[in-house]
Amino acid sequence: MIRLFLAGLAIALSGMVASAQESALQPVLQEHRDLIAKSSRMTISPAIDAIATSGAPQAQEMLEQWAEKNIWMRKSDGLFFIGEKVDAKTYALSDIDTGRMIAEVAKSEIKQLKPNSGVRAMIHTALVQFQLSDPNPSKRQDALTSIARDPEASLLAPLRRSIDGEVDKDLRAQKKRLERLLTIGYDEDTNARVAAIEEMSGDLGVDVRATLNPLLATTRDVAIGDVPQDRNIARTLTPGTDELSVRDAYALLVSKDLAPPLTTRDDMRAALAANIDGGRVGSVPVAQLSTDEARTRAYAALAADGTVSALVTDADVQRAVASHVFFETYIDPSAEVTTAAANALKTIGAKVGVNQALDLTLDALSLASIYFLAAIGLAITFGVMGVINMAHGEFIMMGAYTGYVVQQVIPDHTVSILVAIPLAFAVTFAAGVAMERLVIRWLYSRPLETLLATFGISIALQQLAKNIFGTQARPLTSPGWLDGAWVINDVVSISYIRIAIFILAFVFLAIFLFIMKRTRLGLETRAVTQNPRMAASMGINPGRVNMLTFGLGSGIAGVAGVAIGLFAKVTSELGSDYIVQSFMTVVVGGVGNIWGTLAGAAMIGFLQKGIEWFNPSNTLAAQTYMIVFIIIFIQFRPRGIIALKGRAAGD
Amino acid sequence: MNFLKSTLAGSVVFASLAGAALAADDTIKVGVLHSLSGTMAISETTLKDTMLMLIDQQNAKGGLLGKQLEAVVVDPASDWPLFAEKARELLTVHEVDVIFGNWTSVSRKSVLPVIEELNGLLFYPVQYEGEESSKNVFYTGAAPNQQAIPATDYFLDELGVKKFALLGTDYVYPRTTNNILESYLKGKGIADDDIFVNYTPFGHSDWSKIVADVVALGADGKKVGVISTINGDANIGFYKELAAAGVSADDIPVIAFSVGEEELAGLDTSNLVGHLAAWNYFQSAESDANAEFVETWKATMGEDRVTNDPMEAHYIGFNMWVNAATAAGSTEVDAVRAEMYGQEYPNLTGGTAVMLPNHHLAKPVLIGEIQDDGQFDIISQTSEVPGDAWTDFLPESAVLKSDWKELGCGMYNTETKTCVQTLSNY
Amino acid sequence: MQRSFIARNPSVLIFLALLALFTLIVTVLAEGSGIGIISTSFVKTLGKTLCLCLVAVAMDLIWGFTGILSLGHFAFFGLGGYMIGMWLMYERTRLIVVDSLAQAEIPPTSSEVVDAIGNQIFGVVGSSEFPLIWAVADSLFLQLVLVVLVPGLLALVFGWLAFRSRVTGVYLSILTQAMTLALALYLFQNDSGLRGNNGLSGLQNLPGVSAPQSVVSLWFFWASACALGLGYILAAWLVSGKFGWVIRGIRDNEARVRFLGYSVELYKLVVFTLTAMIAGIAGALYYPQAGIINPAEIAPIASIYLAVWVAIGGRGRLYGAIIGAAIVSLLSTWFTGGQAPDIPLGFYTVKWVDWWLVLLGLSFVAVTLFAPKGMGGLVDLWTQRRAPNRHGADLGPDAGSLREQEAET
Repeated sequence: MIRLFLAGLAIALSGMVASAQESALQPVLQEHRDLIAKSSRMTISPAIDAIATSGAPQAQEMLEQWAEKNIWMRKSDGLFFIGEKVDAKTYALSDIDTGRMIAEVAKSEIKQLKPNSGVRAMIHTALVQFQLSDPNPSKRQDALTSIARDPEASLLAPLRRSIDGEVDKDLRAQKKRLERLLTIGYDEDTNARVAAIEEMSGDLGVDVRATLNPLLATTRDVAIGDVPQDRNIARTLTPGTDELSVRDAYALLVSKDLAPPLTTRDDMRAALAANIDGGRVGSVPVAQLSTDEARTRAYAALAADGTVSALVTDADVQRAVASHVFFETYIDPSAEVTTAAANALKTIGAKVGVNQALDLTLDALSLASIYFLAAIGLAITFGVMGVINMAHGEFIMMGAYTGYVVQQVIPDHTVSILVAIPLAFAVTFAAGVAMERLVIRWLYSRPLETLLATFGISIALQQLAKNIFGTQARPLTSPGWLDGAWVINDVVSISYIRIAIFILAFVFLAIFLFIMKRTRLGLETRAVTQNPRMAASMGINPGRVNMLTFGLGSGIAGVAGVAIGLFAKVTSELGSDYIVQSFMTVVVGGVGNIWGTLAGAAMIGFLQKGIEWFNPSNTLAAQTYMIVFIIIFIQFRPRGIIALKGRAAGD
Repeated sequence: MNFLKSTLAGSVVFASLAGAALAADDTIKVGVLHSLSGTMAISETTLKDTMLMLIDQQNAKGGLLGKQLEAVVVDPASDWPLFAEKARELLTVHEVDVIFGNWTSVSRKSVLPVIEELNGLLFYPVQYEGEESSKNVFYTGAAPNQQAIPATDYFLDELGVKKFALLGTDYVYPRTTNNILESYLKGKGIADDDIFVNYTPFGHSDWSKIVADVVALGADGKKVGVISTINGDANIGFYKELAAAGVSADDIPVIAFSVGEEELAGLDTSNLVGHLAAWNYFQSAESDANAEFVETWKATMGEDRVTNDPMEAHYIGFNMWVNAATAAGSTEVDAVRAEMYGQEYPNLTGGTAVMLPNHHLAKPVLIGEIQDDGQFDIISQTSEVPGDAWTDFLPESAVLKSDWKELGCGMYNTETKTCVQTLSNY
Repeated sequence: MQRSFIARNPSVLIFLALLALFTLIVTVLAEGSGIGIISTSFVKTLGKTLCLCLVAVAMDLIWGFTGILSLGHFAFFGLGGYMIGMWLMYERTRLIVVDSLAQAEIPPTSSEVVDAIGNQIFGVVGSSEFPLIWAVADSLFLQLVLVVLVPGLLALVFGWLAFRSRVTGVYLSILTQAMTLALALYLFQNDSGLRGNNGLSGLQNLPGVSAPQSVVSLWFFWASACALGLGYILAAWLVSGKFGWVIRGIRDNEARVRFLGYSVELYKLVVFTLTAMIAGIAGALYYPQAGIINPAEIAPIASIYLAVWVAIGGRGRLYGAIIGAAIVSLLSTWFTGGQAPDIPLGFYTVKWVDWWLVLLGLSFVAVTLFAPKGMGGLVDLWTQRRAPNRHGADLGPDAGSLREQEAET
């Protein structure tokens, strides 16, 4: 009633002519015009409440439009409208209450309301009561998402009411789950809460932990004598141990006004400076105050005079700390709830630990497959043929750029990837063959010079890529069906694109094995690598075999480039990011053996993830220590994990 | 084309001066010290083009002090020691009157000793970590309190974020910014445990673990927000992984300080809608000056090119320098510097930028949400915030103050009332 | 002995004479001595080039003479720079801090001075504590010792591990590259205590020296010239004696030298460590002229470029390394500096800034394929020295090295 009256007043005051229907929303909006125009989360809540409780049938529509940034304010009179874009400069305004088109106006005459994400969340919360039983399932889903995002005590009752009427099975399950979570957080009845906690105690969802953890929030407190019995005590703390240092304990006392603050060095210096008297402080000459000892003496003299407060000594600190007990109390007063929550979290924690390990394993596998994919071409050119190809990384880059170019021509992402993979193979195969014919075949007996010559090619190719494509990263977008992630639960998930790379790596492993073991080319390659002269006398053309093998290795690098570009970025430096790691993968694994390369990639991937897990805040350190480890590893197993034995090892 | 333009401009001036002789060497030289090759070329080439465009425009308007401006462009090739060498070359061999240049902090630190030794004048256009004030540098980009702090406030107040993930590339700007933010957040009552910090190398691409870590932060039931100082290419992998993990901006908002229109061009932004960036300028700002600026830029460089924050910084810096030189009647460094204090020039985003005695600008702070067209929707704009060389949120620098006009000191200790040093700390 | 050494190495005298002449000309024409035809920045460039020549000599010793393609010598070079940089930064900051604290009402304690220095140096990278590795940064003498000690020690440990387990050839190259990468990544971290990506800056300002840069640049130029001269003599002396024959032998056939009873590992280790020390000294002279050192300088690519210079100049002869380093690095500066004129082809303008690296890369391939002796090979043509025909192309650059067909048997 009062609200209506106020609304009426607002209309009267602003002197507007409005059809003052009882359910009109515009007057409500006008009443809160400044707040709505400002749209700040700190102040907006009265406006949203007013709209939500106005009882106007169009309130839901208005809130939804608002959240979609479709509400505009006319600058001339401050009225709000739903705006629809006509063209870049013109918008069509319709009345919020009637939905009728009012006018088309220039953009400069109106101002868009831009609720930020915080305000939008509040609007969505307000919308929940309308949407929970909305006939449109997607709106009901919106409501549930909103509850999950910002759970509130007031939402529990409407949520419970809506469960029975829910027809959609999936939504009904979601609603029930949310109801349990809200019960844990907000129900008045302790037993109901405990029951809900126990029910959810096996659940891995982040939301469950997010509901339980706040229940266990604690505060530190201090008391003289014994720990008070009337509070929900989490634990008592012993000063001087890891859980509470003496210094922290004293700071707690100071913050509770139970002890005088410590005098810091800065305080002491300031106090001394403030009390210089004729070149002396407390009878100590200023020039001598360049040692801590002299300063303490001067300060003590000042304290004795009563000019400054006495220094708190270590003994004082010890005494003060010893005469108090320190403890943590739960903010939630109910011991049953906190105990149940703690137990549930313990159960969940163990499960989470296992799943985190699983997730880390997946990450490591994924990283390993990426390294493997980057290195498999090298395993052929370097591992089998013994050619050091420093331009291998640039072949990867060429593959990635091929993917990019194809995507410019063929806009459909699925088709373009299907085209790009064979094309990338063809392009880098040709480049590899050309390089082998022009450069490498002259240098077979001089491996170190191959390294340098291919390095020259590498910098030339890299710069060429810069000249052609620019230094900016180019987008290589994966097809829609590779978006998103395979979510096993809230802890374990892996993106589809990584799974695809993983599969691709194995496909290439299979292809490699097939070619090497089952085809004539493979046979000839092995023959040529083991003894070129003998192979030649058997009628094999070593030149041709070398050329094809090198082309094959390069071609695989090109395909790897498409995959790597999909998951990361396409730049001219893409290749150099992988070249050192790729060589290490091959060397660590053991040259000349594809299983070795696989083992090497797995070791490097797992190692890096393992170090990252130990030190999550510094990824760079993980990379550094991984390389150091590899260097040391090679010292002790110079031939790698899987070393060739006997004659095949050569020298 | 440029040649034609400047010739045209030259002849206009010639006519307007009614026969006043315009000797070819009688020009005012403006040094442009931006990398045109190497890793930073992508960002810095744009700024070189901006400078050439601004100089062309000024020449078309009749130049400066009756003379034409001449751009001297050198290429320090993203090689930090080379920046120092090229700066020396500009000042001693080409004898330029002012230098517009640098992007990375380390390149600025490399140039500082040279500029101070030779009393040059540098306009530095990029947001940076602060904790520095040089007599010879005007910082037209944002100091932390003009970007990082307001963005964090936005997280705290508007989005209700209670738990922060500070992700950055491992170099000085993220390190210092995160340090300041940590201290600031603790001052706001955020516990140590609620601040997660991670540093990754340049060009990092394997983000799955880090994104998973960030998602796992939500297990406390507190709203998580990511403050990203991730630099350059690495952002692409990061945002791709974020999108793959299905992290919506409504669940875990990400605000970036180094991602602008230029960086988004390399990305499909449809999965990133709603994530944020904080700058002093967005191309989408609505003002007549901006519309004109964007139009000229596109006309000069091509329709698909975008404008960004450091470009606006150069725009303001250059025009302020022109006005200061006009007021001083000379391009001599000390005279121009004296006139720079209090210079005002309209921002492209509306309002007016003012040059403060600490060599920083007062500029508004804008927060934009990424849209699916690669542009930003400005959802928050503050009034002008004066740039602060020494942050108030670290105890060591809270006592420091920079005031070149009154105190003649860039590092003045207000506690001991002494000037720590008149050169800058590099 | 000395006479015979010079008699055996006439190139030493020629080189020293040329170096002295060059130094004299630059000094006379430099800005610091009044004439000013050569600008200060160019004096610095030349001084830096001399340092690069020195590290190239070291590279030649390890690669051209011993046959170990180390892709890590620029890491040692950078470490030398870091060591001297620490003292330069510390001392410069100390002077400023002491000056400023002297104005305070209460005289500072020594720990306050150290804290303030730490704050100044590390404030930029968001910290203020002195890490342990700065323990002796206040002593010029100790830091100078570290200039040779740190690279030497790293080389010793790494070399001992690698040579002991008989890692050779390409594997060793990759391993040294990995070491360089690890070191660069480590230095990139802020936690390494050397200011991370920013590195150490303002090194051109010598603490307590008020002379202008035009003069300081000359001092460093002279110092670099002296170091190069001494380094050259040392290297020439080493390779001309028995030591030189043994390491050449190791290059050409390690197994035979081992069977002859020489401790191959020890020889390799000595050369590796010694060249690392020379590289450290070169770095310590280079970076005060460059003004800033940071981890990007140590990146693996820099070491590869070093190999490129030596290869283009001509391996296995000391002057070859110097010619290569000087010419390629100066050309690089010239081309990437934008001074080289563009070549308009009508439909496309070749900008050297963009195309220089392509040219360098391809010329490198060409040198490896067609002129394994590098530019130094031109000297052979000039002196009319011809190698006897020994069946097939040679495997190394030196006249005595193994031949292709000999190797296959």
